[in-house]
Amino acid sequence: MAGGTRSATSEDLATRPGRDTVLSIAVRWTLITISLVFLAALLLAPLATVFTAALEKGFQAYLDSFTDPDTRSAIVLTLKTAAIVVPLNTLFGLTASWCVAKFEFRGKSFLITLIDLPLAVSPVISGLVYVLLFGLQGWFGVWLQDHDISIIFALPGIILATMFVTFPYVARELIPLMQQLGNDEEEAALTLGAGGWITFFRVTLPKVRWGLVYGVILCNARAMGEFGAVSVVSGHVRGLTNTMPLHIEILYQEYSFVGAFAVASLLTLLAVITLIIKTLVERTGYKRR
Amino acid sequence: MKPFRQPSVLPGFGLTFGFTTFFLSAVVLLPLAALVLQTASMDWDHFVRVIFHPRAIGSYRLSFGASALAATINLVFGFIIAWTLVRYEFPGRKIIDALIDMPFALPTAVSGIALTTVFAQNGWIGQYLEAWGIKVAYTWIGVTVALTLIGMPFMVRTVQPALQEVQRELEDAAETLGANKLYVLRRIIFPTVLPAMLTGFTLAFARAVGEYGSVIFIAGNLPMKTEITPLLIVIRLEEFDYKGAAALGFVMLVISFVVLLTINLLQAWGRRRLVASSR
Repeated sequence: MAGGTRSATSEDLATRPGRDTVLSIAVRWTLITISLVFLAALLLAPLATVFTAALEKGFQAYLDSFTDPDTRSAIVLTLKTAAIVVPLNTLFGLTASWCVAKFEFRGKSFLITLIDLPLAVSPVISGLVYVLLFGLQGWFGVWLQDHDISIIFALPGIILATMFVTFPYVARELIPLMQQLGNDEEEAALTLGAGGWITFFRVTLPKVRWGLVYGVILCNARAMGEFGAVSVVSGHVRGLTNTMPLHIEILYQEYSFVGAFAVASLLTLLAVITLIIKTLVERTGYKRR
Repeated sequence: MKPFRQPSVLPGFGLTFGFTTFFLSAVVLLPLAALVLQTASMDWDHFVRVIFHPRAIGSYRLSFGASALAATINLVFGFIIAWTLVRYEFPGRKIIDALIDMPFALPTAVSGIALTTVFAQNGWIGQYLEAWGIKVAYTWIGVTVALTLIGMPFMVRTVQPALQEVQRELEDAAETLGANKLYVLRRIIFPTVLPAMLTGFTLAFARAVGEYGSVIFIAGNLPMKTEITPLLIVIRLEEFDYKGAAALGFVMLVISFVVLLTINLLQAWGRRRLVASSR
């Protein structure tokens, strides 16, 4: 964000007397109304629907839908997947950002492009590539079958596909942040006799903590909510390989709307919590660039 | 010749570089290579037959047409929303600003079933549109609505910072010199935010082309009519036609690369304009 003067709206009004003509007020409220109507139709109505549809048959029916063993196992599977994927991608994000931000080497921008690649790929393709590798007609399909290992239509496939789609989330928050903060403190720590690990845990990690939180919560939200990629590799075995989003699809297609929207309401709450944490993190001064 | 890396006092290059490239190769590059090689192992006629199959062409038409339309809708409304959030103070502005990111955080399956319910014949909005004879759910209009929701935050979030960069002094100067508001909008504001708007358009378009979860619920999924390309890939996979799925996936991958390249070029252009204008 180079050059240009930033101007806050409220200061503006104070320093700009005589700006509130009838026309400008009319334009302002027209534009605000258009924005609000657009967002209400596209965003707020669907959000409200999730909860009204989930509670359509009363609160008891809503709670009962969580006693269904298939729903429970879908929730457990989603939590399990996120518990494996998020730490791994966080580890990758920390490593990659240290590598990219602390050193100058050839091909660095190419490496960053490759890390961002999964964001440009359709979720369906993210699942497809693993089927092509590990599916029955895939490269390793026959070998895996001979050794009785199942990846596709099983937990490992779900984890891999989720890892692929959420791959860049932590790294792309940390890389620009670490680059911006520079290496002065780390170099000082090393000169004062701290080792590499101590420097990382005592100096770098505290410096980038908000960026890390930001990346991790977005990674987690996507990992728990991923549909397309997981749908391709999961095989939709009820109670076994259905994550929450896939279970929503099955319940919805069976016209079990209360059940579908009850599970959806949990994921919506997750999204709301994610946004709240994100907003709080931004309050600390950590802003998206 | 330049050395591979410049010397640094900081430790850990070997470890982090090794881990990064290994993990990247294992999770992302090797699988993508499998897709490319699967496609390369097809003979040419088969490849052409698959990617120009009438059903495939129908799906491209819907996927790209609806994505372009959705991105265009976002171009207009995204600009208005970004403008409202940057320039005006109104009750609830902060909450609205935070809500813009909702489609990023909300699982696509949830937005899919929720949008379908809202826009179905008996839905909150669908019933009024039905009275006008407009069917949204299970038609291409529904697909466009879902893709508009998915692309909206990309547009708003790229245009917002660009609008904050617009130099208000220039606007004031123009007005003192007798320019009217539309002239200021056309000659000062649009030129500044144009690169951001094009980037936002491309990002929204790219995301929409690949989108699956939120579309399949509202689309109706009739071959040739309301079937998007990602769904056709899934159908091919379910028929165990791996090669056919790989070929279609390859086409989409190539298109994503072209789009990615376009975004990079647009951003470079935007930076050059910014530098030129601040001189």
